[in-house]
Amino acid sequence: MAAVAQALQSEPNILSRLVGRRTSLIGIIILAIIAAAALLAPFIAPYSPSKLSIASRLHGPEMAHLFGTDDLGRDIFTRMLYAGRTSLTVGFAVVVFSSIIGIVLGLTAGFFRRLDQPVSRLIDAMMAFPDILLAIALVAALGASATNVVIALGIVYAPRLARVIRASTLVIRELPYVEAARALGVPTPVILVRHVLRNVTSPLLVQGTFIFANAILAEAGLSFLGVGISPDTPTWGTMISVGRQYMDQASWMMFFPGAAIVLTVLSLQLVGDGLRDLLDPRLAKDI
Amino acid sequence: MSAAATRLPDQSRQSPAKQPVLLSIEGLTKHFPGRGGRIVHAVEDVSFEVRKGATVGLVGESGSGKTTAGRSILRLVEPSGGKAIFDGVDLFSLTPREMRAYRRRLQIVFQDPFSSLNPRMRIAAIIGEALDARGFPRGKKRGERVAELLTLVGLSPDHATRFPHEFSGGQRQRIGIARALAVEPEFIVADEPVSALDVSVQAQVLNLLSELQKSLGLTMLFIAHDLSVVEYLCDEVVVMYLGRVMERGPSRRVYATPRHPYTKALLATAPIPDPTRRRTHVALHGDIPSPINPPSGCVFRTRCPLALPACAENVPPVEAVGGGQFVACIRHNETAS
Ligand SMILES: Nc1ncnc2c1ncn2[C@@H]1O[C@H](COP(=O)(O)OP(=O)(O)O)[C@@H](O)[C@H]1O
Ligand code: SF4
Ligand SMILES: [Mg+2]
Repeated sequence: MAAVAQALQSEPNILSRLVGRRTSLIGIIILAIIAAAALLAPFIAPYSPSKLSIASRLHGPEMAHLFGTDDLGRDIFTRMLYAGRTSLTVGFAVVVFSSIIGIVLGLTAGFFRRLDQPVSRLIDAMMAFPDILLAIALVAALGASATNVVIALGIVYAPRLARVIRASTLVIRELPYVEAARALGVPTPVILVRHVLRNVTSPLLVQGTFIFANAILAEAGLSFLGVGISPDTPTWGTMISVGRQYMDQASWMMFFPGAAIVLTVLSLQLVGDGLRDLLDPRLAKDI
Repeated sequence: MSAAATRLPDQSRQSPAKQPVLLSIEGLTKHFPGRGGRIVHAVEDVSFEVRKGATVGLVGESGSGKTTAGRSILRLVEPSGGKAIFDGVDLFSLTPREMRAYRRRLQIVFQDPFSSLNPRMRIAAIIGEALDARGFPRGKKRGERVAELLTLVGLSPDHATRFPHEFSGGQRQRIGIARALAVEPEFIVADEPVSALDVSVQAQVLNLLSELQKSLGLTMLFIAHDLSVVEYLCDEVVVMYLGRVMERGPSRRVYATPRHPYTKALLATAPIPDPTRRRTHVALHGDIPSPINPPSGCVFRTRCPLALPACAENVPPVEAVGGGQFVACIRHNETAS
């Protein structure tokens, strides 16, 4: 317990230490480039993402179209920049949404003894389903849209966050600084935020990174299976899904968005691993 | 309880004996749920009084229930039974909401200086939280008050903007004391406040507590396993073993003429600050038994050199032996030396 408390205490300078690790730094740099490219899409993109050109459909990579064109003659590089916006936004939104659910469930189960049993049962039950099956079922029930994909994936990833937060909360709840706050008569909601939540940010950060990576993959997976975001909206996933139909003639249609996903996910993993290694390995066991 | 009549004449400390009782603990009991539905008898039927302005020492080996007693009094854990009458009100009968109004009158200083301060908060925020609890207004005055409190505990006002990890154990303990004092409490539980510190800084923190206690007129329950510390600081002492009170009374009497075999053993193993004082050596063998299944009758009997078969039958009553001293031992008549 003391070791966990120590690990939680070492957190304030964790980001600067992360940059000091070569693999993490590579991850951070790649992510920064991808994020900047997506963010600055309107300024970088050589074409309009929806500009059709039947004359130049299914062109391979060439000077005019670095990553080639798709079945409707649209520039793949341009579309990938815009698709990155959606994919990263969906990934980030999933992290935020699952964090909200995970924090509420984890804090409740970890802090209030009486609620631990029922909430933990709920968490276990949610985790009993295979991720992708649960996501498919939820999207099928809610209807296919970007918002519903976020909701579905948020629900899918929330329980593992809840578990990690519960585990940390169980430790922090017993620490004297929480008791000191209680002795002062600080209201419980304030204690939960100021003393507990603020000290679970490190495991939250680690988990959030992995969920980000998983969500980008899962969004692509749902699109690929045809149950995700509509193919009209460019995401890396929908681009692969459409590209699959032209796999034989225009492999670049799948290759480049696929590479973007792999690169992003790998970079997130590098950062996540770095974060995890900087924390107590005992904390990492749950992850 | 009239301790005044029999206080030894050479005492240097001002006697708070004539002061009214501020806190009266009656039959305090705390059971924790243990593994397999069994019960941990952490504190069992503990009674003592704390007079206004006095320092009462709570001593005993690790695991004897001192911390649990202190936490129960402040209702940081819910007591299983008994009363804690503070300024005429039984704290244990209050609803959690009513208790909150009392919280700022009773404070606690923790044993572990490392986990008693939130690592993510600056010192100003840590003390500020206590000021909030007291309803201290925000604004310029607040910074001044934080500076004042830091100075009071021997730190610098510049320390307010730092984080806990920038301080040593002794400094952290001072911050913990400042936080407790911020709400201007009447009563403080100091739970082994120096036992985790380097020996070289223990005396400094003890002196600080002792000075603050006098200058602010605080009433204190001082928990320790080291009897020499208690002798230096406390007017009265309560000796606990396995959740129960073995002996209590004015410090000087208990130290000069201990009557309980456990007290005698503790004193024998303690370093003796006064080499002229003679102590009969009674070694304390073995470990403290589990509070899940405490011995019947006298809980000390498994380690007591004077134990008789009769000791297993009934819990020895806490009996007055004169001079404000109380002993829970059926052989206390033979133990007067
Ligand atoms: N929260 C708890 N749950 C279960 N048992 C506890 C808890 N807190 C303390 N105990 C047990 O109560 C007994 C007394 O502990 P404690 O009050 O910490 O003693 P001391 O402070 O004298 O060392 C110990 O056996 C301890 O294991
Ligand atoms: S009652 Fe018996 S066992 Fe307990 S302290 Fe006295 S002599 Fe020892
Ligand atoms: Mg203790």
